[in-house]
Amino acid sequence: MIPLPLNTEESPAYILELIYRLKIRNVMTTRLIVAARDDTLRHVQKLMKENAITGVPVAEGPRLVGLLSMDDIIRALDGGYIDDLAGKWMTRNLIVLEDDMPLSFGISYMEKYRFGRFPVLSKNKELVGIVTSRDIIVALLLEINNEMERIEREVLPRPETAGGRTRRVYSTRRFDFENAGRASSEIKRLLKEQGVAAPIVRRVSVAAYELEMNQVVHSVGGRITFTSDADTAEIVAVDMGPGIENVEAAMEEGFSTATEWIRSLGFGAGMGLTNVKRVSDEFSLESRIGAGTTARSLVRLRPSVGEQPSKKDTGD
Amino acid sequence: MRIGELGTILDASCIQDQYDDREITAGYTSDLLSDVMANARASSVLITIQAHKNTIAVATLTEIGAVVICNSRPVPADMVQAARDERIALFTTKANQFETSGVLFGSLGSTSAPK
Repeated sequence: MIPLPLNTEESPAYILELIYRLKIRNVMTTRLIVAARDDTLRHVQKLMKENAITGVPVAEGPRLVGLLSMDDIIRALDGGYIDDLAGKWMTRNLIVLEDDMPLSFGISYMEKYRFGRFPVLSKNKELVGIVTSRDIIVALLLEINNEMERIEREVLPRPETAGGRTRRVYSTRRFDFENAGRASSEIKRLLKEQGVAAPIVRRVSVAAYELEMNQVVHSVGGRITFTSDADTAEIVAVDMGPGIENVEAAMEEGFSTATEWIRSLGFGAGMGLTNVKRVSDEFSLESRIGAGTTARSLVRLRPSVGEQPSKKDTGD
Repeated sequence: MRIGELGTILDASCIQDQYDDREITAGYTSDLLSDVMANARASSVLITIQAHKNTIAVATLTEIGAVVICNSRPVPADMVQAARDERIALFTTKANQFETSGVLFGSLGSTSAPK
């Protein structure tokens, strides 16, 4: 058995399960571009160019008889025999995969032979597909994505509204402006449904949006946890890094580390954290380089008599 | 003034007309979204060149009823869709922010001045 390019003893069980469960037929390309023995190398070169591929199997009916790679074509151009027939120059001694083999075989073969592609034969030795490293990467990525989605669904706490308490957890991803703002929109809706006064809803929404955008713009991604009961709404934003170098500077209005293109979108004005602090009744920020940042904002939903809500942003 | 009157007053075309035709009492001009959130009042018109859907998210949070995109900046389809979902009116005009703000300020008069 050819070794895999990973330590199979310490790898997560899922990764091993994955590369043994997936068969070559699950990852291979079945849309085949093939040449015949009596096609010219020039024709094969044209096939490569038109289809943006680097290898063409030579077949006779359903049977694989050889393979031509970009290398063969370059040699033909160099040697001046590009008008020769494919059958004369094709590689005959081929390493092939079978469609029933586990994907681990394909990965081992890629490691061992360093070919760009492997033709795939069925049990009765018919050419049924071709596998490149790109096919393998795409198939693995899709499978891992499915698995991660499943894990996230399991790990992330379910929405709960119990005993007048609401709790939601949202995750953010770096530069994912598509989904940014989702958490704050939902938090706003939840508080409205709870019957909280509009100016206070706005304060919580502003805090949520700024903390959400901060994670999207500055962090590698993180999590926004929203908790509310009849009296308070709390937002805790925890990210996984890189951390804020100078927390004091970050709290100064106008200070920003955002790049030009982030600013061109209207972010990075250096007002985010000051906005959060201003709308919050309680605010804290902790950050460690390499570890990440935790910001907490608390807003009292029923300001007690004597408090001056006019200090806060009320939207009027 | 109602949102429905904005098109005529500002010589702007309405590219998202499924909105709640609310009363407009103020305006705010800015391209910085945090600035909008900090300072724009509810029931405002937002005048900006920031033509993407995050602007709608900010408008929603701050109860802004209409957004005017200046300088004929192209508006992406997902922004129009987001505005439709939130029932926020969306206008475009070839005038710039200064001109647009001037006209709107003239029409709203002193009601738009800060308290």
